[in-house]
Amino acid sequence: MMTMRQIRFHGRGGQGAVSAAALLSLAAFEDGFEAQAFPKFGSERRGAPVESYVRISDRPIRSHTQVYAPDAVVVLDATLLRSEPVLRGLTDGGLAIVNAEGEPEMATGEVAPRWLAVTADRISIEHLNRPLPNTVLLAALAGASGWVGLPALETVVRRHFGRKGERVVGANIEILREGYRLGAAGGST
Amino acid sequence: MRRQLEGSRAVAEAVRLCRPRVIAAYPITPQTHIVEHLSQMVADGELAAECINTESEFAAASVALGAVAAGARAYTASAAQGLLLMTEVLFNIAGLRLPVVMTCANRAVGAPINIFNDHQDSLSLRDAGWIQLYVESNQEAVDSMIQAYRIAEACELPVMVCMDGFFLTHTFEPVELPEQAQVDAWLPPLRFSRALDPVAPATLGGGSEPDNYLEYRRAQHQALDHAADEIVSTAAAFQSTFGRTHGALIDGYRLDDAERVLITLGSVMGAVRDTVDALRERGERVGALKLRCVRPFPAAGLVHALRGARRVAVLEKAISAGAGGIIAAELRAAMHAAGIALPVDGFVGGLGGRDLTPASIEAVFAASAAAGPAPIGCQFVDVDAADEAARPGE
Repeated sequence: MMTMRQIRFHGRGGQGAVSAAALLSLAAFEDGFEAQAFPKFGSERRGAPVESYVRISDRPIRSHTQVYAPDAVVVLDATLLRSEPVLRGLTDGGLAIVNAEGEPEMATGEVAPRWLAVTADRISIEHLNRPLPNTVLLAALAGASGWVGLPALETVVRRHFGRKGERVVGANIEILREGYRLGAAGGST
Repeated sequence: MRRQLEGSRAVAEAVRLCRPRVIAAYPITPQTHIVEHLSQMVADGELAAECINTESEFAAASVALGAVAAGARAYTASAAQGLLLMTEVLFNIAGLRLPVVMTCANRAVGAPINIFNDHQDSLSLRDAGWIQLYVESNQEAVDSMIQAYRIAEACELPVMVCMDGFFLTHTFEPVELPEQAQVDAWLPPLRFSRALDPVAPATLGGGSEPDNYLEYRRAQHQALDHAADEIVSTAAAFQSTFGRTHGALIDGYRLDDAERVLITLGSVMGAVRDTVDALRERGERVGALKLRCVRPFPAAGLVHALRGARRVAVLEKAISAGAGGIIAAELRAAMHAAGIALPVDGFVGGLGGRDLTPASIEAVFAASAAAGPAPIGCQFVDVDAADEAARPGE
């Protein structure tokens, strides 16, 4: 299926960019791949820009450097489009998934080969009563790319949120399915 | 079992498998997750140990010292300023020849304050009398923790396993965790012959006079020297039981027919291996060498491994301010002592968490290849170009 896929998440502290990367790596591992996830912490405060990285491969991953040529970027906060070079290094044909209503606007004039806007805040508020866009976008990435399967995502989300009770687990599973559907369908409007 | 775990969790699992009876620590980023996981395991009844949250790192090291002196296997972990606050106790642990094992989650030392990775903390303690192992991956961190107890207890010397903060401690990647029964069979319970016992009162750590202090220090130096054999045999024994090796003192990569060799330590070695492969594909005869063990310094092994090299570059994440790269200086001394005239170019980079990218590693290879007959003393990698131009000759 692949040699190596690299994904970069952009978010703000508290939005779950680090957890999203970890969950993606866990799902890829569940699907039988080699996987690596790690954060680039800034000053560890709410609201500050945060990056996290994932590598998925069918061969052992040796490098521990940051991701400079992502095959996909996932942007958890559309305001980052105005302040951070979120598309830097994106490969030809690379995918950008943004938590946004409608077409995202890039102040810098950068253009992603493929855009996907997903109303992740709205979906997470519907299910969890607060904006927690990470699992929606994670599932949308899975749906759009096919790099990990929905069953694997559901398994790791169940495990991850298990301690928080069945209601939280159930809501997150619903979120995953909706995100995955949107990703597979090419985005929401 | 193979599991996808955060590095800190993986190390905590490895420590649990070694059954320490005392865990003492004070939290400091990026070490915190390791002791949090261990504390959770003790609270959940998965690990029968006394878990002590001390009031400082000095106290944490002191508790580990006391625990081993009383015959209990002990563990602690720290980083950066926390490790340096332990300094006095770490020298004492080594001087008392106590087999304490700790993890250093490598982090830069302030000022300026910086929570990110380099090797300044543990390399600044290279003279403390501890065995120091530097690991490349979380699998190596797990395996080295288990080896560390066996080495420490065989040599009656403390072992510090150094793993890169964030680059390893906060990275999720697959690790194979051995079964408890396997580890139990491979690492029997600590039997410390000099353990303090009220039934047979004795003093550990009495004073020493000018007429015997020198002999104690010589004995300690010799013990470190001899520990090299134990590290090698432990790595071999580990491989035969668990089926994995990461090298013992050093780990060469594509050294056969390599004319130029890059030496480094820690997690950057993975990217260095990838870079060597890329350069080899372009026909460059390059190789790499991971320095797994910094103390005892494997001078003879390095001289042997580099016998075919024409030029060596050392890339290290620490500096002896006012002198230059630490490992480069030690390698030059080893070569000189062996009567070998091998140019050793010194590179310092990746300080305070700056990523050593594939491009920067390639630039180090290129700078070393382009250098004249005189070796590069100490060149900083990826420093601001304008800054460099303003201070030529660095």
